Amino acid sequence: MASKVIHALYTDDDVLMHAVKKVKEAKHHIEEVYCPFPVHGLDKAMGLATTRLAITSFLYGCVGLTVAITMMNFIMIEDWPQDIGGKPSFSFLENLPAFVPIMFELTVFFAAHLMVITFYMRSKLWPFKEAENPDKRTTDDHFLMEIEIHDNEDELRKLLSETGAVEINISEK
Amino acid sequence: MYTISNRLKIASIILMVLGAIGIGIGFGSSPSTAEEAKEMIASHGEGHGDAHAENVTEHHGVAESHHGNAEAHGDSEAHHDSSHDEHLLHQLQNRPWAAVYVAAFFFFMIALGVLAFNAIQRAAQAGWSPLLFRVMEGITSYLVPGGIIMFVLLACSVAHLNHLFVWMDPEVVAHDELIQGKSGFLNGTFFLIRAVIFLAGWIFYREYSRKLSLAQDEASDDSNFLKNFRASAAFLVFYLVTESMMSWDWIMSVDPHWFSTLFGWYIFASMFVSGITVIAMVTIYLKSKGLLQDVNDSHIHDLAKFMFGISIFWTYLWFSQFMLIWYSNIPEEVTYYVTRIADFKLPFFGMIVMNFLFPVLLLINSDYKRLNWFVIMAGVVILGGHYLDIFNAIMPSTVGDQWFIGIPEIGSVLFFAGIFIFWIFRALSKAPLQPKRNPFIEESKHFHY
Repeated sequence: MASKVIHALYTDDDVLMHAVKKVKEAKHHIEEVYCPFPVHGLDKAMGLATTRLAITSFLYGCVGLTVAITMMNFIMIEDWPQDIGGKPSFSFLENLPAFVPIMFELTVFFAAHLMVITFYMRSKLWPFKEAENPDKRTTDDHFLMEIEIHDNEDELRKLLSETGAVEINISEK
Repeated sequence: MYTISNRLKIASIILMVLGAIGIGIGFGSSPSTAEEAKEMIASHGEGHGDAHAENVTEHHGVAESHHGNAEAHGDSEAHHDSSHDEHLLHQLQNRPWAAVYVAAFFFFMIALGVLAFNAIQRAAQAGWSPLLFRVMEGITSYLVPGGIIMFVLLACSVAHLNHLFVWMDPEVVAHDELIQGKSGFLNGTFFLIRAVIFLAGWIFYREYSRKLSLAQDEASDDSNFLKNFRASAAFLVFYLVTESMMSWDWIMSVDPHWFSTLFGWYIFASMFVSGITVIAMVTIYLKSKGLLQDVNDSHIHDLAKFMFGISIFWTYLWFSQFMLIWYSNIPEEVTYYVTRIADFKLPFFGMIVMNFLFPVLLLINSDYKRLNWFVIMAGVVILGGHYLDIFNAIMPSTVGDQWFIGIPEIGSVLFFAGIFIFWIFRALSKAPLQPKRNPFIEESKHFHY
């Protein structure tokens, strides 16, 4: 079903922030805001749910730590027991200091890479993907607020022009 | 304006009195002759006696490193026995001194860590922190009494009132070529001269910066602010060098054969995280009294981020020092950790849990960093952990396996905690808690995350 949306363009992030707050006060649902750079506090003003990316990052870190421990234990202790630092104890625990740097590195490696991949998948980004932003100027110096129209075009148009929008367009989506 | 409440005043005085009694008991119960020392150990019961007997060989190793060449002390068994008893006597006599020394240094280093934090905030012209400047200045006021106490303790050591620093004993140096080689640096006079230079520099900057900070409130331009900025940047250079040397002098030299090149950084991390923790605690306390109303959860969040980050930084340095020494396994280096793991297992590994695992798991969640009571609880663990850190640095070389966290140690902590609390809150009550004319004060008030 094709629905109509209204696009309001702004040229300043402070003006945009005030506009977002006003629109939220008027109980309209903001579909999306397109910005050329991250605007601090915009997610809170729009009322977006907080990200769960940090939780996944913690879990990925735990996976990395486990992989490192299992791997070092297999390689250095079980499969081919090594004399580490002139201390032939052949015990994982007694050789732990030598493994700590690897455990640390793999924890960071897993947490960072898997978190980025999760972020791309969650935001539906992949190589050669067509850009979704409705106006090319949002990659340069304009901010765009998108609101769905439910037979309230005039009301929205009035509200948005009051908030300092430099341009208001209606388009099919 | 903050006025120190009667309850806090009484509480700090009670702490001081209880602590003084504990310290007194510690000194009163330490033996004065080798025979007494032997009796004390014998009366400790079977278990301890057995453990002690087993430790004799190892103990001998410690004695060797401390009293020069054991062979020089005598070839006969009898002579060796008496040198061992003498060593035991020194360890037991050291215990109350070491307890006082560790606690005095711990509270002094909190003030010194806050001084560095304050200088960094000013040199970086940070926008979020000016609301906390008066809290920091209040805590650094302890540098004066704390510094004087530290100097008196060091002077007592130089005057041979205790045996905390073996290199101060001419008998030991006469039989120890390694210490002889270092005596150009490690000698009583130069040691005290250095201490005077360090303390004078730190206290001078503290008083100068505080004066400018108060003057800025009444000024009509920002010249005081700029002067403070320049003074802070210069101080940080001075501090980096002197803090490192202080850590060699006051801590590393209790074990004059052993050395580590990153020791200064390691002690710095300890004092920095303890200092930031105390800033957070004092700020939350003052907020709970309805003061510092412009300080919001974002400021506490930032302090907690520092507590979290510097805890990991401390672990990084601790581990860097440990791993290299463990890996290379060179006898003269590795004894440092061998004695700690053999005789100090619980405080040694307990400290790592308290200083690393606890902060990491408790403070990793960003919502928890905004819960004031949570920051206080994590702070208590961090402070306890860093007390143990200093304990582990001093005790193995001074009291050896005769360590215990008992009346002298707890008494010393209570005593200095009492002085610390009394002094910093007295300083806090002397000036308005909120700077008026700091150019960044508006930014700090509106700071949000």
